[in-house]
Amino acid sequence: MSPAGRRVAAALAAAGIGLGALAAAGLPAFYESFLYLIFSWIALATSWAIFSGYAGYFSFGHGAFFGAGMYTTATLTTALDVPFLPTLLAAGGLAALLGAGVGAVVFRVKRLRGELFALLTLAVTFVLATIVLNTRIDGGPGVYLSAVPMPGLLASPTGTLYLLGLGLALATVGAAYAVAHSRLGLGLFAIHDDEDVAEVEGVPTFRYKLAAFALSAGIAGVAGGIHAMYVSYVTVGETFSITVPLYVVLMSVLGGARHWLGPAVGATLIGASLFAFTGGQQAILGRAVVALALILVILLLPEGVVPAALRRWRAWRPAAREAPASATPALVSDRQPGREAAALECHDVWKAFGGIQALRGVSLQVAPGEIVGLVGPNGSGKTTLINVASGHYAADRGRIALGAVTLAGRPAHAIAGLGVSRTYQIPRPFAHFTALENVALAATFGAARCSPPQARAEARRWLEFTGLGRRATALPHELNLHERKFLELARALAGRPRVILLDEVLSGLNPAEVAGAIRLIRQIHAGGVAILFVEHLMRAVLELAHRVVVLNEGEVIAEGRPHEAMRAPRVVEVYLGRTHVA
Amino acid sequence: MPSLTLLGQALVSGLLAGGIYGLLALGLSLSWGLLRLVNLAHFALALLGAYLTYQLGTAYHLSPWLAAAAIVPLFFLLGLGLHAVFTYFRVTEFTSLLVTFGLTVILESLIQWFWTADYRRYETPYATASARVGPLFIPALELLACLTAAVLSLATWAWLRFTYVGKALRASAEDPAMAAAFGVNHRVQGFLLSGVSATYAGIAGAFIALISTLAPSQIWAWVGVVFAVVIIGGLANPVGALLAGLLIGVSESVTMAVVTPAWAPLVAFSVLILILVARPERV
Repeated sequence: MSPAGRRVAAALAAAGIGLGALAAAGLPAFYESFLYLIFSWIALATSWAIFSGYAGYFSFGHGAFFGAGMYTTATLTTALDVPFLPTLLAAGGLAALLGAGVGAVVFRVKRLRGELFALLTLAVTFVLATIVLNTRIDGGPGVYLSAVPMPGLLASPTGTLYLLGLGLALATVGAAYAVAHSRLGLGLFAIHDDEDVAEVEGVPTFRYKLAAFALSAGIAGVAGGIHAMYVSYVTVGETFSITVPLYVVLMSVLGGARHWLGPAVGATLIGASLFAFTGGQQAILGRAVVALALILVILLLPEGVVPAALRRWRAWRPAAREAPASATPALVSDRQPGREAAALECHDVWKAFGGIQALRGVSLQVAPGEIVGLVGPNGSGKTTLINVASGHYAADRGRIALGAVTLAGRPAHAIAGLGVSRTYQIPRPFAHFTALENVALAATFGAARCSPPQARAEARRWLEFTGLGRRATALPHELNLHERKFLELARALAGRPRVILLDEVLSGLNPAEVAGAIRLIRQIHAGGVAILFVEHLMRAVLELAHRVVVLNEGEVIAEGRPHEAMRAPRVVEVYLGRTHVA
Repeated sequence: MPSLTLLGQALVSGLLAGGIYGLLALGLSLSWGLLRLVNLAHFALALLGAYLTYQLGTAYHLSPWLAAAAIVPLFFLLGLGLHAVFTYFRVTEFTSLLVTFGLTVILESLIQWFWTADYRRYETPYATASARVGPLFIPALELLACLTAAVLSLATWAWLRFTYVGKALRASAEDPAMAAAFGVNHRVQGFLLSGVSATYAGIAGAFIALISTLAPSQIWAWVGVVFAVVIIGGLANPVGALLAGLLIGVSESVTMAVVTPAWAPLVAFSVLILILVARPERV
């Protein structure tokens, strides 16, 4: 565990012991219930943020998972006489399963994923309410838990609930911290910024989203199980109301949903102020006030209280920057042992978008250690080929392989893991990641598979290599086009690819920058990486490529040594038009 | 197995109820598809329209037709106001969901504050009028609602397809920068569409007041069903929204007749899930 991690763990433990001792010393029951409610909101809001805040998929379904947990505990304790505490496990498990089910359906959709997810989770709440209401789970009148024996953790029942709530709240905040500082969290943050790029950089997006959402839903389920005992009378109307998702979203967004501590701060603020509005007409008013607060916070303070405060704090007292790396440029030529070079081979690859046939049976090879230039007029299918080879699109048919391993049909993150990296023509860095973090992500998830500290060292090396060493802490919007292009390159290299696919890295650069980029590409090649590069700049193609493949309207029309291929009659015809003089 | 008459009657009431779904989905589909704003508050606006019709009719004895005539300009202005907030704060597709979620809760609270959570029923002489075709009853008001939905969705389709404004809106949805380069004033058209969309919500609300019993919590019951209709019908596709509404309406009422009324709320959701599972690329 990192020193910061140890400090957080110690702080959470101290809070647990302190607040626990408070209850053991005998807190008035009113304060115990009041604090229990705050703890419950902390657990709910923090668990919501573990998926929705980190990955940017807003769920309105937290009420459904909370309710599933409530009814699990209510049913098990009353109908089946299961003791209270074990039912909490079942409550969490069932809610996690429900979350995973919803996720499995909606995460497969490519377009409108975020919006569909939000709407589907909202609908799930009401679907679940209908099911519970019309089956023996509830049947209409509600379930009483008053006869269920309370485990005697403390003398009073409210004291026991207080302790359970405290335990769950601290465990959830701890989990939020742990996730935020793990591979999972890194992947989720990348998904938040640009999911397609995250997948191409090697993040198993589907699995990560499913795991985080199940964890998030499971914690809500446990909170629901405890809450069933707190209310001791569970009804559909109260359980599956819109209150839980509304408050949970507001608390997280207010506190800062991307920060592990944000939702807890938001929950404490709102939870305490909610106490002013209880009962009857006041409750209606209170709900309206909370909803208004949600709108204002989203419009005026979208990042949340905690990140905003941290930013002010850092600006006021700048933290010690990480020591600059050694000035000597890193060498790329250290070929990794045990990893043989491999050829990228495309054979008869077809791809259509609706009625447009973008690729018509393209075949090409990039031998180990070869630099192949892929040229052709706009719309000839060059970028599509890169998208298909990197797994962003699935080919309609044809074979794509890296050495003996078939790539076609594999998800993009698996292809990245096997050692194929790419850059984007228009740079697509993760907007909330610094330059260093952008590159470190690729080192963590690409073929390199570094541990997080190793990944930072690697990232620093590649930034130095591409000349961005001084810009390590800059955010992408602070970089100019040239720097962002080189950041793309550093990110692709950090994955330790065997084959690298470059999509017009030189476009938009001035002549001096082009010369620098060409030097870099030569150095990358010297490191033993095979390169397939799409380029319009003929000077660079002729200078760099060992071999050129010319595409036109989705077909290979010429192939060979650069000067020869470009002189082929069909190529001249495509580029300059047909001569009509006999 | 229910009798053929019962099934036939279920089919008719399903088609008629589906018209209302289509009408509700229409405005939503337009603003989501063409303005990239997911307006959850659309349902709250519709219910507000319903309560206003109810209030004007019961407290001031205004005929529902006059009430509807008042609601159309009022809701057009409401739509403009909403869009002014969206454009001022540069609300994106995603934050629009959160903002309008908050707005929905505020409107629900307001409705509950003024009209309480009790069920309200607007009794009009038209409510019992119906035509009889063979053994089947066709309630006049619901038929009118369904016809209105059909007329509005076809008119909207023609508007988008054949007029300059419609074409400009579709161009802006596809590529705002390019459309602007060709001289399309996206701002003005956004306001217009937003106003039209809110007007549709108001019209749907007036019919809802005449046809069904009102309660504030109804907003949430519609959300799942109507969003399913929007997705099934295709974004910014007025005719698709109507057809999907009819499909869901019929599926629901047949479920009510064949299985049990209690399970009807699950139908739209199940159809949506089936589509997402079977053809995720269709969305």
